[in-house]
Amino acid sequence: MKRFNLNLDSDIKVLLPDGSAHRLIDYLLPSATLMIAALLLMISMFLPYWRMKLYAPQYPNGLAVNVYVNHLEGDMREVDELNHYLGMPILDEGGRLERSISYYGIAVLGLLLIAGVFVHNRWAALIALPAIIYPLIFVADLYLILYQYGHSIDPKSALGGAIKQFTPPLMGLGTIGQFNTFSSFQPGFFFSLAAVAAVFLSLWLHRAAYKPLADARKRVRLAASQPSPAVPQEHA
Amino acid sequence: MKKVLTLVAAAAVLLAACQSEPAKIVAPTTTGAAGSTGALPSDAAAVATERGLSPDDVYAALKTYMPSGKTDPYIMFSSGGQAGQMLVIGVPSMRILKEIAVFTPEPWQGYGFGGSGNKILEGGKVDGKDVLWGDTHHPALSETDGSYDGQFVFINDKANARVAVIDLRDFSTKQIVKNPNAINDHGGSFVTPNSEYVVEGPQYASPIGWKYAPLDQYKDQYRGLITFWAFDRTKGRLDTSKSFQIELPPYWQDLCDAGKKVSDGWVFCNSFNSEMATGGVESGKPPFEAGTTKNDTDYLHIINWKKAAATVQAGKTEMINGMAVIRMKTAIDEGLLYFSPEPKSPHGADVTPGGEFIVVGGKLDPHVTVYSFDKITAAIKAGGLDKDAYGVPVIPLDKAMETQVELGLGPLHTVYDDKGYAYTSLFLDSAVARWTLGGPYADKHPEKPWTLVQKLPVQYNIGHIAAVEGDTATPGGNFVIALNKWSLDRFANVGPLLPQNFQLVDIGKGGDQMKVLYDMPIGMAEPHYAQIIKAERLKPFEVYPALGWDAEKMAVDPNAITTEAQARIERNGTKVEVWMSVIRSHYNPEQVKVKKGDHVIWHLSSLERTRDATHGFALSGYNINLSLEPGKTETIEFDATLPGTFTYYCTEFCSALHLEMLGYFLVEP
Repeated sequence: MKRFNLNLDSDIKVLLPDGSAHRLIDYLLPSATLMIAALLLMISMFLPYWRMKLYAPQYPNGLAVNVYVNHLEGDMREVDELNHYLGMPILDEGGRLERSISYYGIAVLGLLLIAGVFVHNRWAALIALPAIIYPLIFVADLYLILYQYGHSIDPKSALGGAIKQFTPPLMGLGTIGQFNTFSSFQPGFFFSLAAVAAVFLSLWLHRAAYKPLADARKRVRLAASQPSPAVPQEHA
Repeated sequence: MKKVLTLVAAAAVLLAACQSEPAKIVAPTTTGAAGSTGALPSDAAAVATERGLSPDDVYAALKTYMPSGKTDPYIMFSSGGQAGQMLVIGVPSMRILKEIAVFTPEPWQGYGFGGSGNKILEGGKVDGKDVLWGDTHHPALSETDGSYDGQFVFINDKANARVAVIDLRDFSTKQIVKNPNAINDHGGSFVTPNSEYVVEGPQYASPIGWKYAPLDQYKDQYRGLITFWAFDRTKGRLDTSKSFQIELPPYWQDLCDAGKKVSDGWVFCNSFNSEMATGGVESGKPPFEAGTTKNDTDYLHIINWKKAAATVQAGKTEMINGMAVIRMKTAIDEGLLYFSPEPKSPHGADVTPGGEFIVVGGKLDPHVTVYSFDKITAAIKAGGLDKDAYGVPVIPLDKAMETQVELGLGPLHTVYDDKGYAYTSLFLDSAVARWTLGGPYADKHPEKPWTLVQKLPVQYNIGHIAAVEGDTATPGGNFVIALNKWSLDRFANVGPLLPQNFQLVDIGKGGDQMKVLYDMPIGMAEPHYAQIIKAERLKPFEVYPALGWDAEKMAVDPNAITTEAQARIERNGTKVEVWMSVIRSHYNPEQVKVKKGDHVIWHLSSLERTRDATHGFALSGYNINLSLEPGKTETIEFDATLPGTFTYYCTEFCSALHLEMLGYFLVEP
């Protein structure tokens, strides 16, 4: 079996200013990885990021709420119905602003990553930074929404006096009333993490490719500013 | 940089590891140790000893016990007898799953207490008068190509010649039709193989058009009448405008069955008063019980319904009370109607799965008579038939009969299984007879064709018999149920009116190994026939498909509201219209004030989408009670004639705050 040759056409070389030749693939890979990162982010928009399942004796199959960047799916109606006893707002009230701008926001992140393809210096890292911190922002915002939600129990509601303010857990088990809850991150969130990984990989590949180029430039510039040591040899 | 990548990867693995849901938080759906089948535990033997259970009892218990959370593989739709309802029973556990309200008001389903059920019951009015009960006899599941399709079930009311349509999407009655020309029926309901028609056979003859005629004019004025109700499957309604009737001699047609497969297009009915007895025991005449049993034979009616439908198309009918009627003479001239003699006090006419044979029992004859459809058609083709008193061609018994099988005393009804056996109820012998079919069925069983194999005593006085899809083109086998009229000593004494006994019989093993498995008391009426369908054929709604569902029309109600914000009260002169939302655990509005004499129109919309989150609505003093299943909308309309303070409250325990789900209805004097 022929080994997969990452070097593409080995006759095509990248010639650095100092005359040293590099493989073409070294310069294509960082751009490709960055574009993959952008693609992963785009895909994540169509997948659930987070889910909470709620189990109680009278809900043997459980209730599920799946959180996407721009909408909710699942048994919100029943969860809302149950939560009205606590005077809580409907689930759809949570993170409305974030959901309304999410598609544009992620599109901007993706475009920034694609723009990064054309930046071959350390500013590339800055351009990629929003995509890197995006999952963190998601988690922080989700926590904030959950906190606000769990702290919106109306003491004057039917069961408001019976249940204390709480924050539903971001991950793992929780309990509220007769319900056991289980929260977990979902494929969309993992795609966004994979995008972060791809960005890091890209930056590393980027550095591996463009550092020799910068060094070569430096060497050439240095050589040009000094009298050439080769000239006297001609006289010799 | 490598370190960062490793760190990200490690974090991802860690995250994934925390994501797996612990099994313990998922509520168990079944009890008991899953998957541990096999040898009986020793304490089971101890229970058997303690209760004095025989090995047969233990076998029966294991065949019928349904563990919590498991559901039955078969569903039986049983006539609800004089209760006028239909029973839904799980088989083999023999648990009542539901009583479907049909001809009789039923408060749990809110049927006939103010909501849409009232409209359906109005369809069953007899000459403008409410008749709020029924004598339901024979359920008929809708069929496609001779097999149950699980979409609808029909049932007749013998007492008033009515037929009801039940939609199996929500297991509720959608329509009641009153036969305009008959005062009673018995031979309904039976469907043609693709439910083109629901057949309603008559019983006691009466003057056509439901007129008066003295009994001494019986032969001239009284008539039998078979009705073919056209069924519109898309609308789920019987359509009178496309239905027709055939006038018959006054012979008391009894039970019918539609031909299928090779005999598709025909209907067969037994009859039992070719004597044309008119009773009069009080004036020294023979009583009916003697008068109708004098002759050795009556007539099997052989009716070509496809040709009859064509005759209707050709306009050879007379409109009587809005129904197209094919007169007897036309029926004879067009070749729609033939007779063949059937011995003695015949009962039932049950077509074999492939349609080749028709089995007729003789209440006072120890045989069942098996008619061959091939022979019948050959005899009709050959022609030269003698005529009866009304000119109907009669096929001699020996020209139509395949064979007779001696089974025992009082054979009534016959059903079939998938192994080439027939099962006949023997009323006088109080037994179920298993016997073998011949012809194309002879290879399916090891015994000789047309032979009695086993007579299983049942307790007691079996009437109808039901088998798993046992009257279709594709019988299921495994179980038959004896619908016993007497239970005598089978149950604890509950006074002089005893429950009926539905007895489950195991027919899973061939030969003479039928066994009684279980006795089920029916303590609400005397059911007649039942049909058993494979549960997987039924695809009912879990909740109504959309908010604001009108269950009568099976469409969204324009008066429905879909959010609580739409709830309101509007007054227009003396008309007060309420749009009320219903959801756990409150009505909105909770205070409805009207003035005495106001006309109130009250729309109630359940905003629930969760399965089983049903609410009731009872308005005290006004005889109103509704059932509001998730998504359902109902409308009630009444005059607030009674001044005072009233409450309305939820009659279905809906939630922890169910008792708090109420409102005040104030009628200012």
